[in-house]
Amino acid sequence: MAKRIEALGLSCFYGSHKAVEDVTMTIEPKTVTALIGPSGCGKSTFLRSLNRLHEVIPGARITGQVLLDDQDIYAPNVDAVALRRTVGMVFQRPNPFPTMSIFDNVAAGLKLGVSKSKDLSDVVERALTGAHLWEEVKDRLKKPALALSGGQQQRLCIARAIAVEPEVLLMDEPCSALDPISTLAIEDLIAELKDRYTIVIVTHNMQQASRVSEQTGFFTLAGAGKPGVLVEYDATSRIFSVPSDKRTEDYITGRVG
Amino acid sequence: MSTVNTVLSSSASPAVWKLRGRRAIVNRIATVAMYGAFLVAVIPLALVIWYTIGKGLARFSVGFLTHSMAGVGSEDVNGGVYHAILGTVEQLAIASVISVPLGLLVAIYLNEYGRRGFSTVVRLLVDVMTGIPSIVAGLFILAFWVIGLHQGYSGFAGAMALAILMLPVVTRSAEEMLRLVPDTLREAAYALGIPKWRVILSIIMPTARTGITTGIMLAVARVTGETAPLLLTAFGTIFINRSPFHGPQEALPLFVFSSAAAGTPADVNRAWAGALTLILIVVLLYVVARLLTRRDALNRR
Repeated sequence: MAKRIEALGLSCFYGSHKAVEDVTMTIEPKTVTALIGPSGCGKSTFLRSLNRLHEVIPGARITGQVLLDDQDIYAPNVDAVALRRTVGMVFQRPNPFPTMSIFDNVAAGLKLGVSKSKDLSDVVERALTGAHLWEEVKDRLKKPALALSGGQQQRLCIARAIAVEPEVLLMDEPCSALDPISTLAIEDLIAELKDRYTIVIVTHNMQQASRVSEQTGFFTLAGAGKPGVLVEYDATSRIFSVPSDKRTEDYITGRVG
Repeated sequence: MSTVNTVLSSSASPAVWKLRGRRAIVNRIATVAMYGAFLVAVIPLALVIWYTIGKGLARFSVGFLTHSMAGVGSEDVNGGVYHAILGTVEQLAIASVISVPLGLLVAIYLNEYGRRGFSTVVRLLVDVMTGIPSIVAGLFILAFWVIGLHQGYSGFAGAMALAILMLPVVTRSAEEMLRLVPDTLREAAYALGIPKWRVILSIIMPTARTGITTGIMLAVARVTGETAPLLLTAFGTIFINRSPFHGPQEALPLFVFSSAAAGTPADVNRAWAGALTLILIVVLLYVVARLLTRRDALNRR
């Protein structure tokens, strides 16, 4: 459980456009790593390259390597579908499957995934409990998932992601569409989940980064159309108090971005 | 600019918020034009329904639905459309069985798998196919199947001509519906490690189901009234022919066409009643399809 992620000279492209350039970083297991930076700096693209979701977009490709516990996930013999069961993801906007019930949403990864699981209701209860949603929905598991509020939907999406028991959880601005109360609920959840998963979270909210993460990576881009680069990657406490790069300091103190 | 200033400066009185002057006139004109256009659009529809029901009821009866035209002369007032209903239902069913799976598969290819090059060609061909005049589809089946392969006239030949006409409609409407499914759902599913074919079958298709069903119904409704291609392929008969695979078979549009052409009062009455039956069948199909998708929507557990 919980794996180490290493990006080695990773660049991401959309067609001929380079979105991320030469990122090298090591993300330790059972930590929360925050990726911050201005819009368009490639942090989401970088995140999506960690579970090979980047390549779903036509024309998208990468160069360099991503190692998951020393295994190159872009090696020719790696099945991207199987990989994504190990590296789960939660998206910016809650995106439950609209035709499915709460129960089926959580069970979707197991029911429709590669390997069939035995007792679904057990797994669903555990996942929903893990996402702090069980008490709220246990009496209406058969109801459509869209009947839930936005914050509940996002926790449902987290439950759905952890139901397949991944080892890494990627979160792409998971709270940006939520109110402060729901945001707090999700942040509490992240703090709990890090005991079991390696978590990488992209966020625009620097307070959130400082609250939830142990490590922070700051991405930026030199200008419009230029690729995003990893400027600084360090302990969160250092990034927010004594950043070693001027650009990081300007960004976190609000002088730019 | 000056109007804005007056509104702002004299905002003490609520009267200034009223729509006045040029904007009020334009608003009124646009409203009238909109309702006018609506009425103009609805009038032909209302007239068609009114006429068909009014004239069709003269002959419409249970007997009309349960008898064929075997042994019925032009002057006789009895006779019916049983043989035509049978033919139409069989031909529509076969045409749907051929064109719906094929159309859905093409739509899935175009939207989920196709990458530029080849899919552009396929899409172009589908568009060209949409423009095929129905009689050309009939002529093709006549030349290829009925004459070329010596299969003779049959309901099945008619169904194939109808399938040619349905295929592009099913494909394009299904493709549009699949395109409406947001990419975030696909990504959410991929991120769970669900294989692509299961994502399409279990997540994308159910999400687009209502729209796809409507598209299929439109395609069926479109070919239900086709006469020309059936004339060349199913040919028509006054007898009951249960088998769509052997010998000429009647269809409702053929019945309406030949009855109206015969021209005696009794025949014209039968033509109107046949037209009414045709409309009722289309409505019935539509209602059934709607109920089916509604049930799905409610049952989603």
